[in-house]
Order: sequence, then structure tokens, then C-alpha cells
Amino acid sequence: MKPARFRYLRPETLEEALAMLAEWGDDAAVLAGGQSLVPMLNLRMAQPAVLIDVNRIAGLDRIEIIGERLHVGARARHAEVLRSATVARAAPLLALALGNVAHEAVRNRGTFGGSLALADPAAEIPAVTVCLDGAILARSSTGERRIPAASFFEGVYTTALRPEELLVGVDFAPLGPDFRFCFREVSRRHGDFALAAIAFAGRIEAGRVGECRVVFAGVEESPRRLAAVEAALAGAAVSDEQAWRAAGDGLGAVLDPIEGAEYPAAYRLLLARNLLLETRRQLEEEAAR
Amino acid sequence: MTSAPETTAPIGMIRTDTPAIGRSMPRAETRRLLAGRGRYVDDGAPRGCLHAAFLRSPFAHARFTIADTSTAAGLSGVVAVLTAADLAPVCRPWQCRSGAFPGLVSPVQRALADGRVAFQGEPVAMVVAESRARAEDALDLIAVDWEELPAVASLAAALSAEALTHPELADNVAWRTEFGSADFDAVFAGADFVVEERFAFERKTGVSLEPRGVLAEFDPAEGLLDVRISHQMPHQLQLHIAEQLDLPIGRVRVACGDVGGGFGIKMHVYPDELATCAAAKLLGRPVKFVADRIEALATDIHAREHQVDARMAVDGEGRILGFDIHDVQGLGAYSVFPRSSTTEAMSVLRAMGGPYRFEAYRARLECLLQNKSLTGQYRSVGHPIACAVTERLVDLAAARRGEDPLAFRRRNLLPVEAMPWTNPAGGRMFELSHHACLDAMIGLVDLDAKREEVRAGRAAGRLLGLGFASFVEFTATGSQAYGAAGVKVAAGDTVVASLEPSGSVRAQASASEIGQGVRQALAQVLADGVGLDPSNVRVETGDTRTAPHGGGAWASRGAAIAGEAAWRAGRRLRGEILAAVAALVQAKPADLDIRAGEVVEVATGTPRMTLADLADLVLFRSHELPAGVRPQFTVAEQYHRDDDPFLPTNGIQAAMVEIDRATGFVRLLGHWVVEDCGRIINPLLVDEQIRGGVVQGIGEALYEACRYDAAGQFTSGTLADYLVPMAGDLPEIAIGHVETPYSGSSVGAKGAGEAGTCGAPAAILNAVNDALAPHGASLAALPIKPVSVLRALGDLGAGEAP
Amino acid sequence: MTVDEETLTITCTVNGEAVRDVVPVRRSLVDWVRHDLGLTGSHVGCEHGVCGACHVQVDGRVVRGCLMLAVQADGARVETVEGATRSGRVAVLQDCFFERAALQCGFCTPGILLQAAELLEHTPAPDRAEIRAALSGNICRCTGYQAIVEAVEEAAGRLRA
Repeated sequence: MKPARFRYLRPETLEEALAMLAEWGDDAAVLAGGQSLVPMLNLRMAQPAVLIDVNRIAGLDRIEIIGERLHVGARARHAEVLRSATVARAAPLLALALGNVAHEAVRNRGTFGGSLALADPAAEIPAVTVCLDGAILARSSTGERRIPAASFFEGVYTTALRPEELLVGVDFAPLGPDFRFCFREVSRRHGDFALAAIAFAGRIEAGRVGECRVVFAGVEESPRRLAAVEAALAGAAVSDEQAWRAAGDGLGAVLDPIEGAEYPAAYRLLLARNLLLETRRQLEEEAAR
Repeated sequence: MTSAPETTAPIGMIRTDTPAIGRSMPRAETRRLLAGRGRYVDDGAPRGCLHAAFLRSPFAHARFTIADTSTAAGLSGVVAVLTAADLAPVCRPWQCRSGAFPGLVSPVQRALADGRVAFQGEPVAMVVAESRARAEDALDLIAVDWEELPAVASLAAALSAEALTHPELADNVAWRTEFGSADFDAVFAGADFVVEERFAFERKTGVSLEPRGVLAEFDPAEGLLDVRISHQMPHQLQLHIAEQLDLPIGRVRVACGDVGGGFGIKMHVYPDELATCAAAKLLGRPVKFVADRIEALATDIHAREHQVDARMAVDGEGRILGFDIHDVQGLGAYSVFPRSSTTEAMSVLRAMGGPYRFEAYRARLECLLQNKSLTGQYRSVGHPIACAVTERLVDLAAARRGEDPLAFRRRNLLPVEAMPWTNPAGGRMFELSHHACLDAMIGLVDLDAKREEVRAGRAAGRLLGLGFASFVEFTATGSQAYGAAGVKVAAGDTVVASLEPSGSVRAQASASEIGQGVRQALAQVLADGVGLDPSNVRVETGDTRTAPHGGGAWASRGAAIAGEAAWRAGRRLRGEILAAVAALVQAKPADLDIRAGEVVEVATGTPRMTLADLADLVLFRSHELPAGVRPQFTVAEQYHRDDDPFLPTNGIQAAMVEIDRATGFVRLLGHWVVEDCGRIINPLLVDEQIRGGVVQGIGEALYEACRYDAAGQFTSGTLADYLVPMAGDLPEIAIGHVETPYSGSSVGAKGAGEAGTCGAPAAILNAVNDALAPHGASLAALPIKPVSVLRALGDLGAGEAP
Repeated sequence: MTVDEETLTITCTVNGEAVRDVVPVRRSLVDWVRHDLGLTGSHVGCEHGVCGACHVQVDGRVVRGCLMLAVQADGARVETVEGATRSGRVAVLQDCFFERAALQCGFCTPGILLQAAELLEHTPAPDRAEIRAALSGNICRCTGYQAIVEAVEEAAGRLRA
């Protein structure tokens, strides 16, 4: 269980990296944290001709506020994002989700951008990035694209990133101070990928949901905001279990859950509904505090 | 513990205190492991060592032709590409045969498959190269033409015989048997009621954290094959390597360094390991093969694939009358060599109803061949299945009577006064303590409080359950099992002990250290046997060049069998020492004792001579010894237990669970074990070994499964698919003991290593069913899957069975 | 070494000592420290990042040694269980593991020690649930984890005292 041979490139600057990507394109794999790529290499499920290791490029790991927006560099390690005071203030949902990502040794190495670029349907970070309407910054030697998270994820392990592009970071616009966040996950064991998880962001005014965003991880092939559910919840009281239940019952018409031998689609749908109801309970409990 | 083990050896006096036996002591050698100085197979390699990788079948069943190996062989760094034809001259095929299973159908197996593969992962070619990575590169370059054949995967498919595991056979039955008591029909006909259930158990495997690994070196000048291997029984393997490679047994050395877990996985003959030895002989260069995790999960022996239809008859007073069991076992492509996979099923049949009195028994068994990996003797062989079936039937019967399940058990458990007794399943029961364990468990659990917690929780809408499982585990198997069937597996053990300079004791034992702490246990026994501190006793194991032939590590035998050999060796050495000192100081041996490494007068405790001084005298200045005093300071004791084929042990486990209705997950809130393994040599080690066994049982109940699809494709190939229990998902596990020493030995120890695994799945199954019962739901399949739980509750539609 | 194997010369410190080596680029960090440097205390249990037996510390953080290439350690500070033992950084944990017999076969132990040490560095007084959570990325197949949890708890107490 050793990787096939590859050519190892180690750019020192972003420009170098982009030039390499321009040259190698689909034949290259970008090595950031390696927590998903290296197992695939070891299993020889991935056999890229070239590995472009971006770990030495300065500045790709920044976590900072630029203007009003939170910028998370693509190579920011999960552990750094999880512990960042800046993230805790500007986008607490990220930290809530990251507590569910794998285990400490993996979080010490795995990167925020790597998780987005991989687009594993069961991963937490893509879901919260969609929930927060993040803008994914993709650079190539010809320029930079800002790809809205909503159009970034195109399927299982498939994104809008082009072969010559490098994901360099994500920007998050601030949400108002009256937003509440919730992230809940069902995983088989502590630290496992999500069988289902919910990311919720919502403005709560006088006990009622205003504008809100609902995204699931692990349920569908890609995370997406569920406009119908968000509309159903808008205006509902947090205490109005019936309204939430109705929104949950509506999920069947909205979701297209992953089918599997051990976990059938109906099960993931059930988990999604129950996660929505748990979100309500959590909001209610937090309001009572 | 204060009482002494009685000695049967007529040597010296019997101690009235045992300072080391029964004492919680850390294992001295773990200092080395903690410092990262373990010596596992993959930790070393001689200069010029080559690395092997195997091309394995991607199909469950196929014919194949190897079209080209030259491209692979031409790759830089590749030394050889070997196929069945290359190995045939140096490695004989083998076939599982056992007198215990007359008519067993299991075709011939080879180190590398020859033209047809019968399970996914079966090795078909081998690359030997300068590095493992390079060997794997070459695997990709071997051209094979495959012709896929219909595969047999599920038990139903195997039974139907629409496809055949091996085309030359008439059906997929490897072996079948049927037996029962004469009055079976009458007893069942006279029952007040009969409870019945169909149980399904999925395959699982051992997942020793260190995968299997072997390093073989052949010296053509001496004709000597030197094998370093991670294995549970080096002597057994030495024999088989010698036979298959046509070498005199004295020309094969098998040595185990540190072994990173075994659990029954590392006690069989594996094609890739033999191929590695054969390649070393063929090439005359050291060759190493270490299974990676993918290979380990797919090709380590699997276990526990059974479908069991079971019935239990009960009379009007709530007494168990009998059991009726029909077991269908999924064996895999071959019956594993040399012990035979059918042993597991026979173990199920023998352990049925183990804790209880009953009159009648009928057992029917079909062991089926499948195009799947081989199965074998994984920890607690067969017992967890018998226990889960028995204990679930007991709960069903108690429920039918509207009775407390513990009251039902108390009435039916085999009482002390009814033993010894051979039950209708053929299990010889003696020196068991079911009722004492039951009482101790009630206290350990604080049962009234827990039942109140369940009641209150249920009133608040929670799905809580308590489950219990009494169990009997047959341990320390004697030669009546394998030896009598013509299978060359040693059931006895030998300890050779020497008094060394400075008065310490060194011993060689035929037991195997695989992490269970047997060396520490033997050191404690030897220490008491002689009369010195265990820190001055060093026990070595695992190398056929130095250790006498013996059993190794299987069937929880270390303390019971090697421990007894150690006690006897210690007493013999003590006798030699006392006789020598008595002659030197002109006293009677009976008036002397050895305490803390010093010979003293029994009556007064007055020191007469230290072992250090004595060793100095005898080993270096023997000319000063009086005439006729020629003590033997190296002694050997070989221990075979003749009377009892097995040592039964017993206990009871309790589990408390909560079902999360939002997910179907089962959460363990607590787990309790009270067990009786006879004399406990080191409680610190025994307790955590039981906990470790329980955790493997928790895995069996809730997480672990080796899954195949209908085409025989293995779908549990990584540790992301095959889930083992982790620290974050486990409860605290409380352990209690009842000690009923085995009266047939001096030490009185029985097996302790498998009790945890034996009862845990049953206790959890019963706890889950207790939680489901108020909702009219029940389950009878392990592992218990979240989706199954929700379907049982009616929260999820049936759909395709996962 | 074979001719067609790409290599890179790397320089780093391993257990406090400066190391310069020519490394095949596809060699994992754990394979390199084990087979090229002879530091066999880190073990290879799964090679896909699940079991934690391969843990080593890189620049002060525990990582999966099977999921990092050796060439990625160029310029880094690497510490294995051997180094942590020599420096005494994990001595109290080792004492507690020894006394509590919190290991059987020992294959998982070095990885668990490093992970536990990292926990105690940022959480000096963890409760048992926190210890279990912190170690939930390490497989131990022999113990019931309870002895390990108790050993870490005891070590935390001694380190605070």
C-alpha cells in the first residue's frame, strides 16, 4: 500500500504554483494537508503524474478580516480555524462545524481549502461554506475567479475548479449580530464523516425566524441551500414545533438523498428531518438561557 | 488473595502465602514498549532484504492465465516475479483434514493460486523487489487474462448450489452433522411452551493492530530457513513450514518478537506467508512481507458468519427442558489449515445452553463453502453465537412467563451441587459459580437503582434497556480436541527454568506473548514457586530455537497450562535449591524455606543462605561442594492436562443501553462483567484483558462487519468501512470476580482472555431488545444496525434489507 | 536504490538532531523515520489515516505519519516517541501507562502517548470524556481503552501537582 511514482514539485510562490498548474493541469494533484489525497495515493486510487505541494507558499494560511469580510486562506489548518478568535467572532458556524471534523491529528494537518476542493459529500466544511454563502477564490496564471459556494459543488468529488486553477481561499460576508447558528451532526463514531449534518444560520427576531439558511451535509451528493425549507421556516416561531415539523416533512419533496446499501436514502432523509427538529430545540434552549 | 495454590509435586513444603500470585503488578517489559523500543516484525531487516507484494484476485471466483510477467520483471529494482509454477517445486500444496470432521470437503490450497481463484484477495502472483513500493509498481505491470465465474457469496446462495464455490464439487457443503439426545422429540412434545427465533450473525475479523508479517531468510549452506513472524504459535508454524517446504523440522527456525495482537488471526497457515518463505528459499535472499491493512481486512481469517434457527422448550414451572439448534455456517473458500473452520461451528453447538440445566438437545449443522475469505478461530471461537442465541431465548421465555429475566435465570442456572455434569450438548461442566456471579453482578450493577433509572427514563420517553447474559467459555483446550483428530496442535506447555548467577531465575516457556502478559504471569508463578521476587525472574518465549515445543497462545491457555508448568518447574527448582542448602548447612530440607530470594529456617525465619551466594557456589565453585551434592539448577516441567478436555469458565455480563430514536443508534450507558476464571494471577492484567474482550464484543454487537456484495466483492476493505470501537464511543466497564480455582491443578487458573468477548454481544442484544420491547419491536441480527433499529420500531420503511 | 525513483535531499531535525537525507519523494514520513532512520517506535497500522499508530510530532503538532510525505518534513522539527522519551516530555505519561498496565501488545501505544501529551499541553485538567474524545482517533485493539483513559487522567493529576 505505497503510492505509485509521481513527480514532486514544490513551488515556493503562488506564481510558481500557478505556472505549474498551467503546465500540468489534469495530470497534477495539489497537495495541501494531504489527509484525503495521501490515503488515495497510498491506495493507488489516485495516481497523478505530478504532485504540486503548496505547503511552502507563504500567506496561503492567513485567517484575517479584510474590509468587512472574513478571509480564510485555503491552507489554513482545521486546528487553526477551530481555535481562531477571528473566526469565532466573524463566523462561529465554522468553528461549530470543525469540532466535528475527524480527530486532532487530522485537524492539525488537514486544510480548509483542501476540504472544499475535495468536495466529499459527507464533509462538514463544504456545507458550512455554502450555508454562509462563502465566495471561493480560485486563482490561475490568467487571473482570479470568485466562485459563489452555491455554484462551486457540482457532485461527488466534483467542483467548478478548473484544472489550471488553485483554490487560494474563501471570503465570507458578515452576517448580522442577530444571526444564530447551529451545526449538528450524526456520525457513526466520534470523528467519522457525517451520515447527515445540518448547518443552520438564521436571524431570530422576537422568537421568530427571519431570513435563514439551511444546508445539509452527508445527505445529498453536494451541499446546497434549501430554498423551500428556508421559505417554510421564515416567519415561524422557534417555539412552533408544528411549523418546523411541517418544514421537516417537506424535506422529502426537496431532497435527493444518497442511496446506499447500509444507509438507504430514506434513512438519510429521516436523519435530515430529525436534525431540523433538533435545530429548533437547540435554538429554543439557547433562547431560554 | 491469601490462600496458597496447592502443589501436586512432592517437592519441598507448600507455601501458605503467595506474595506474587494474585498480585496486581505492571508488566516489566512494557517499559520497553512505552519507549518505542518494541521489536515487531517490520522493525528490522537484514542487509539486502527484499520486499514482497502480492497480486491478488480482484474477483471472487475466476479462471485466469498469467499472460505476461516479463514487463514487471524488467522493472528496475524487481528481483523476481513468481507464479504458482515457480513456487511449486519448493512449496507443497496443502489441504485441511481433521479426524474430528470425517468427510470434510475442502480442496487443495496453494501458496499461489494455479489457474483458478476462489475468493477475492487470493494471491495469484508475487513480486519480490528492492522495496515494497517498487514491488507494488511491478504488480501493476503483470498481465492477467481473467474469466470470471459465478460466485457464491451469501449463505442462501451457498445453500441453493445454483453456483458452486469449486466447480468440481457437487454442492457447497463442506461438512454437515446432526446429533441429539434420544428423548428429544418427547421432551419437546411435553413442553409447556417453546420459544424460537432465527438469528443472523455477520462476518467479522480480528484487526490486530499490527498486521500479519513475516521475514524469511534461507541459508543454503546449512539448509536453514530462519523465519521471523508475527504469530501466536511459532512451534505449530515451524512444523507446517517444514512440511510444506520439505525441510527437516530442525532446519526451520520460527521466531516471534513482539506480536502486535493476535486474537486468533495469527494462528493459521496463510498462503502469502508460506509464499514468502518459499521465495526466500528459492532466491537465497531475505524476503519480507508485511500485510497492509487492505490485505489484512480482506485475507486475515474472518469469523462468525452464521444463521441459526433455535428453539428452547420450557416446562410449566419455568424450567428449561431443551434446545434445538440448526446452524448454517459460512466457511469461506476453504476450511482453514490446519485447525479447520468447522471448529467454530462445533464450538457453537457445544456451548449452546452452557450455563443451564436442560435434558434434551438436538443440533443440526451445515458448514458451507463460499467464494469469500476463509474463516477461522477468532477470539472466543463460536461461543458468542451460542451465548447470544441461548440468552435471547432465555429472555424470550422469561417474557413469555411474564417473569423477571434474572429470576428465570436463577431458577435454571446450573447449581454448584449439580456438578460435575456433562450436559446434553456434550459440555462437561464443573467448578462453575453461576449463582455467585449472578449475585455479585446484581451488586456491581446496583441493579435496583439501574432499574429505577430505566423506569424513570422510559416514563420520560427514553428508550432504555438493561440486558444480561450468563455464559460459559470453554478454555485451555486439551489434546482431546485437535490431537485426537490427528491435527498437530500442541495442547501442553513446557517451562525450562534455571537459577542464574546473582540468584535470579531465567525461564524459557512454550507459551506465546502476544500482549496478554503471559510472561509476566509466568514470572509471578515462578517467583512464588521458587520463593523470590518476580522482578528477579525473566521469562522468554517465542523462538523455536530456544523455547521448548508447546502450544503458544490459543484458547486462553497461558495461565492455565503454561502457568501450571511454571509452578511445577518453580517447585522443582526450589526442591533442588533446598536439598543443596540443606546438605551445605546440615539441615533437613523440610526445615528450610525460600523467601524473597533467601533460604531461611522455616521456624524462625533465620537466614541461612541467599540464592545469589548459592548460585555463586554451585555455578563457579562447584569443587567446594560436599560429595554427593550435585544440584540441578536447570529444570524442566512439561504439563499436559489429562483429565479434562476443556476448563469451563463462567460469568455474567450486563449492559445498559439507550436507543436514540432520531438516529437508530444504540448508545452504551454501562457495561458490567462478573466472571470466574479460577485463580487470578494478576488482577490488573486480567481486568483490562476482560475489558478489551468486551470491547471486541461491543464491536461485534454494534459496529463490525466484513461485508460482501452478491458477486462476492468485499466491501469492508478499509478501516473507514470496517468500524472498530474507539475510545469516544465506549462506556466505562466494571469488572467483578468470583474465584473458583480449578482443583485439578496446583495454580488453579483457568482461561481469562475470551470471557469478555463471549458474553458482551448477548448482553447488548438483550439490552437493545429490552429497550425495544415496550414498543413491540425486537431484533435478532448482529451487528445491530441503526437502520434495522428504526425499521424494527416502524420509524423507517422496510425497503431493501441493508 | 533503483535508478528511476525520484528523490529529494531534505534537511530537518529529528529528535533534536540535524538530519540530511536523500529521500524517495513518495516515501511517507513514518516509513522514512522507521526504515531509513531506524526510529521504529512509530508504527504502521493502516496507511490510510484511521488508526493513529503512526503518530509523530511535526513542528510541535501531532500528525499522522502515514499521511505526510517525508519530503514534506524538509526544514521541519520532527519528534518521534523515541525523542519524546529521551527528552522526558512524556515521562509522566509513560509512568502512568506502565503502572496502570494501559497497554497490551503495545503497537498503538507510542501514537497514543504523543496524542495524550498534546491533549495535556492544552487541556491540563481534562475530564474522562475529553480524554476519550482526544484519543478517539487512535485504535487500541487490546485494552478496553479504560486503562488508557485512567492512565492519562492520573498523568494529568501528577503534572498539575
